[in-house]
Amino acid sequence: MNRILLAVLCMAFVSYLPRVLPMALRKKIESPFLRSFLYYVPFAALGALTFPHILYSTGHLASAVVGMVVAFTLAFRGKGLLTVAVAAAIAVYLCQLFLV
Amino acid sequence: MSTPVVSPEIDKAIRPQPKQWQADFTLGLRRGLPIALGYIPVSFTFGLVAVRGGLPAWIAIFISLTNLTSAGQFAGTSLIIAGATLFEITITTLVINLRYLLMSLSLSQRLSPLLPLAQRAVMAFGITDETFSVASLEAQEITFPYMLGLISGPYCGWGLGTALGALICSVLPGQLQEALGITLYAMFIALLVPNAKRSRAALVVALVAIGISSCFAWLPALHQISDGWGIIVATVTACLVGAAFFPRKDV
Repeated sequence: MNRILLAVLCMAFVSYLPRVLPMALRKKIESPFLRSFLYYVPFAALGALTFPHILYSTGHLASAVVGMVVAFTLAFRGKGLLTVAVAAAIAVYLCQLFLV
Repeated sequence: MSTPVVSPEIDKAIRPQPKQWQADFTLGLRRGLPIALGYIPVSFTFGLVAVRGGLPAWIAIFISLTNLTSAGQFAGTSLIIAGATLFEITITTLVINLRYLLMSLSLSQRLSPLLPLAQRAVMAFGITDETFSVASLEAQEITFPYMLGLISGPYCGWGLGTALGALICSVLPGQLQEALGITLYAMFIALLVPNAKRSRAALVVALVAIGISSCFAWLPALHQISDGWGIIVATVTACLVGAAFFPRKDV
């Protein structure tokens, strides 16, 4: 059990370290290039996190594609986070009912 | 000796006005609610997998409350269950979490330089893919009460889901489980698409990231590389493209 606890604490440490180190940086970065780079991080990260992983999130490619299209369409129309998420899940659910 | 004069700006940063504090906190709380709900099925699965793998329920909950990462703690925990060495567990978790370095650095530039270190340390703990995205797409300055509000809901949701999964320890009906698997990704789409619609730069950056991340997933030569590295390489390259072709003058 001590071994497991030690492993969990190590995991917690390496989960916190990359989050806290840059936050301790008080200086505003001056370089316009670097500032632009950091400005784009959310868009880049959202893209990289979502695709193609979303295709494998439901266990069936077809239902994942349907869910993705529903999410995209609603997001394009400016719907909020919760609406998009719930609608995508319902679409996947209905799709699986017909598939399986 | 003259008494040190504290500028109104510094004074405001050190002692935020109670009303403003409450307004920021409430806004954060509201923004965090959908994330909290989205976290429950994911952490439910985590709790379930951990207990099925032989870990006690309290360890599963403890992992969620101290790690607060999805991919990182999933990987670390499955290595614990598999009996891997401490070194393997730590390095694998670290690599998956390295992307937070970029997110945290990006977020740090949106904070008042006067924000105390202790408050920064608390805010840092709550950075996840979802809270980071929501916070950094916020138009206003990111304050301590806002971030505190934003992370409380998801933190509770993550812990609650884990506890439910670990204690109930029975699978949700298969099709429901699979349908819920898409919710966090759908939220990512909801965050990204309006911005990509508004700004060509954001669209190009996101498409580059998607292209590279697809290469890592589908090209046999790159398939060996872990998911953690794939996401980092895709993010860094896309941001380089953004900074090179769409430099910002106002950030």
